[in-house]
Amino acid sequence: MSWEIVIGLEIHVQLATKSKLFSGAKVGFGAEPNTQTTLVDLGMPGSLPVFNEEALRMAVTFGTAIDAEIGKHSVFARKNYFYPDSPKGYQTSQMDHPIVGMGHLDIQLEDGSTKRIGVTRAHLEEDAGKSLHDDFDGMTGIDLNRSSTPLLEIVSEPDMRSAKEAVAYMRKMHAIVTTIGISDGNMAEGSMRCDANVSIRPKGQQKLGTRAELKNINSFRFIERAINVEVERQIDILEDGGKIAQETRLYDADKNETRPMRSKEEANDYRYFPCPDLLPIKIDDAYIEAIRHTLPELPDQRSARFMSQLGLSQYDAEVLSSSRTLADYFEAVVAVCNDAKLSANWVTGELARYMNQHNLEIDAAPVSATQLGQLINRIKDDTINGKGAKTVLDELWNQAGEVDTIIATKGLKQVSDIGAIENMVDDVIAANSKQVQQYVDAEVEKRGKMLGFFMGQVMKASQGSANPGQVNGLLKKKLDALC
Amino acid sequence: MALENADIEKIAVLARLQLTDNDASDYANSISSILELMEQMQQVDTDGATPLSNPHDATQRLRKDEVTCGNQRDAFMAIAPASEEGLYLVPKVID
Repeated sequence: MSWEIVIGLEIHVQLATKSKLFSGAKVGFGAEPNTQTTLVDLGMPGSLPVFNEEALRMAVTFGTAIDAEIGKHSVFARKNYFYPDSPKGYQTSQMDHPIVGMGHLDIQLEDGSTKRIGVTRAHLEEDAGKSLHDDFDGMTGIDLNRSSTPLLEIVSEPDMRSAKEAVAYMRKMHAIVTTIGISDGNMAEGSMRCDANVSIRPKGQQKLGTRAELKNINSFRFIERAINVEVERQIDILEDGGKIAQETRLYDADKNETRPMRSKEEANDYRYFPCPDLLPIKIDDAYIEAIRHTLPELPDQRSARFMSQLGLSQYDAEVLSSSRTLADYFEAVVAVCNDAKLSANWVTGELARYMNQHNLEIDAAPVSATQLGQLINRIKDDTINGKGAKTVLDELWNQAGEVDTIIATKGLKQVSDIGAIENMVDDVIAANSKQVQQYVDAEVEKRGKMLGFFMGQVMKASQGSANPGQVNGLLKKKLDALC
Repeated sequence: MALENADIEKIAVLARLQLTDNDASDYANSISSILELMEQMQQVDTDGATPLSNPHDATQRLRKDEVTCGNQRDAFMAIAPASEEGLYLVPKVID
């Protein structure tokens, strides 16, 4: 039987506010435990929450960016459950009246086409603290620094039909929230995490299958793997005549499997009710429109401009518009060297390789956009060849100085002196008479490939500094003259 | 709507309350009578009335996004029953 996969995602985005959703405690990752809390975050009796206006502005900004209905009257609700890292005994969230209603975003599929994914809603809520299950004399340690950190939970429609579509949606969501500046989007630090609702049904069937909810997936790679392994599990069960249980499952990246979460048999009875400590939030059209006017160029718009104005391929345009910092960096490189194609190649190629190797984001790159632009200028004016340029980048990465200084001290200036190159070419031809004879005897269409040997010899003789274009031209001319 | 003892027991589990059998019957009666009152109130014709969250028609006050509280861990932790290495300690949670 042929199965259709149905996926909906719930994405939690940590909002980049300075203080917490309901208190004046600092928000920040990696601080000493329990040093960023107030009585409100500890759930002390008598303490009252006061809502952070910046979290409201960020939520509404997001709503306008995905063209959603904005809730002009939104209400906080209590989601009740007991867990020690939530000392109040409930999470302040939103239920019936979320701040952001129905919206949508477009994802690009592998075949180049575009698919619209519905966003059901997005609501504000507070994060919980952290439980540390290391052994403290048989007890559990609680760190409440994260408690009351503002989150936007973004719920999609079950519109995705493959793990790849889910990843594309998550990537686009990441690009949007970082572009509009409401989150740093740092998945490793938990600023963006996702739960995936996954079900399958026979192709052509309307009714949705029973879904499993995969919890807390925190990287793009894991979304794809977790969904694929869960889909296989469900197909196996159904094809063996079994039934899917509606349950919450955890993805184990080490074993590449999902397994049911032990626990909380009745935990899903959250008994939501409006929070009596917080009044309804009312906003008007003027507030929403003022925010809409502050929207920066969104990833889709920027990507389209990169293609139409700078002539980039769709792939390059999408990669480079996937985050605001990356797109800003790229445009700063282009501003210096005025060559979009070369800039795109270097930013998405060599530089990206270094960034991945060192696990850094572009805003932490030790090579500035100006330096990379200057480096590209030296390639364009034939001062250095590709190999030399890679050496310069390596030196720049290690902060060894500026482009021109590095070229001078490392002796990377390529030899474009035609006389000098001609001498080297003549030497190589003279020293390799056997290969020359083979070249002469070879069929014409095979000679191009054989030229590589001579290229290598000349480049070696020049210690990599010869202009490869000139070497190639001269070699071909001189060898063909012998045929 | 009359609640059964079983309903009360489920609510007690969710609220982490320990009940005796007698408690359960008592609560079933008293909570049922509250629900009856609500049923009575629901008979009032509210068509056309706008829901009101409070009589003053007040809305949520907003706070500027500023860090106004520093580290008060020592003061808070002084009243905690158990702590270690800056963490509050609670009975082992298995999940």
